[in-house]
Amino acid sequence: MNGVHDMGGLECFGPVVPEPDELFHDEWEKQVLATTLAVGATGTWNLDESRFSREALPPDQYLSIGYYRIWLSALENLLVKHGLVNAEELKSGQSLTPPATIKNVLEARDVTAKLRAGSPVDREVPSKPCFAVGDLVRVVNRHTLTHTRLPAYIRNHSGVIHKIHGAHIFPDSHAIGEGENPQWLYNVRFEAADLWGDARATDGSVHVDCWEPYLSKKP
Amino acid sequence: MADKPTDLHSDHDHHRAHGHHDHDDDHSHLDPTALRVRSLQSLLIDKGYIKQEALNELIDTYENKVGPRNGAAVVARAWADPSYHQWLLEDATAAIASLDFSGRQGEHMVIVENTPEIHNIVVCTLCSCYPWPVLGLPPAWYKSAPYRSRVVIDPVGVLSEFGVTLNKEKKVIVWDSTAEVRYLVLPERPVNSEHLNEQQLASLVTRNSMIGTGLALPIEELPA
Repeated sequence: MNGVHDMGGLECFGPVVPEPDELFHDEWEKQVLATTLAVGATGTWNLDESRFSREALPPDQYLSIGYYRIWLSALENLLVKHGLVNAEELKSGQSLTPPATIKNVLEARDVTAKLRAGSPVDREVPSKPCFAVGDLVRVVNRHTLTHTRLPAYIRNHSGVIHKIHGAHIFPDSHAIGEGENPQWLYNVRFEAADLWGDARATDGSVHVDCWEPYLSKKP
Repeated sequence: MADKPTDLHSDHDHHRAHGHHDHDDDHSHLDPTALRVRSLQSLLIDKGYIKQEALNELIDTYENKVGPRNGAAVVARAWADPSYHQWLLEDATAAIASLDFSGRQGEHMVIVENTPEIHNIVVCTLCSCYPWPVLGLPPAWYKSAPYRSRVVIDPVGVLSEFGVTLNKEKKVIVWDSTAEVRYLVLPERPVNSEHLNEQQLASLVTRNSMIGTGLALPIEELPA
């Protein structure tokens, strides 16, 4: 989805102001993090759907309400969408209907093991990768109405395959309930001068991870 | 936003002092978002979807157990041990797991090495992807619009905002974490640090040096 979350290359937000080692601004932010992770562990949705839910917030909200309020709003929306709570319950904080069936409840004693295990997204696929390291590729002119991890600033640009990561779950499918649909994932090198023009040229580069459906052979 | 460029994270109704009045019987002192979060948690606990003890454990993990000292240990080992260094470049996920750091948001690790010719810097332009097992949770600026938007187009300008000026000949490589691969920068080893042990080396490795918005500290800054 072409949205304000896709910020690469914008220059309208002012300078970066480094802060001290501040991970949370307030106690409730920690609670939002923990609640999001714990509800995530119920297995009702996946990380790609979570990201899609955050990106789908109204753009004025996305840019102004703050990071953990984005998480909170997206979590509330997902809970309602998946029928774990209804709007009235959300408003009142009271459980008014029987709970939905969930796959798993995260126990304190399992937290460390679950976090350590993580959720690897590499998969075996029968196909061979279409591209090899060193191949010239062009990013396709792809505009989806749903979740994608193809940033706008590389669309239609040419790059070189730097590394093949293996086949990974394809977020464009995974975020919208169409399964894992694993695709070959490549790290692609783009020259900064090609992305940003000669006036801004440096001899640096930008590397972006791109799934095979984002790429075509350079004509 | 001019006076507070990290405003993606600031809030209208956030009053830091109220964190100290954080009692169940003291809701009148909580800001509206804190009340909203508490109400949601109690609903989800009532429903049986989440447990308070698990929430506490999650917070304790990311506040107290997992953080950039993990990454510093990886870097120091790579500086001190050539075979580990080689392993880290070839299979970062396994090499890092051998030091007991692994898991969520670090399932697929890649190390990018700074050299006299190359400086690497990591960003997630689309959200806030960050290697949690080795660096902990990302700092606010990493998740902010100014950082996410500008690093790819003006990395030298962003670096100057962190007080980092690179030699003009140095090539800057930006890594945009668009997939579930997480990047950790292996900073250049401080000059004249050959005599230091691994623990001393680790104390020179800052969080920002592993994101690429900083450099490792010079040996003069070795803690006493």
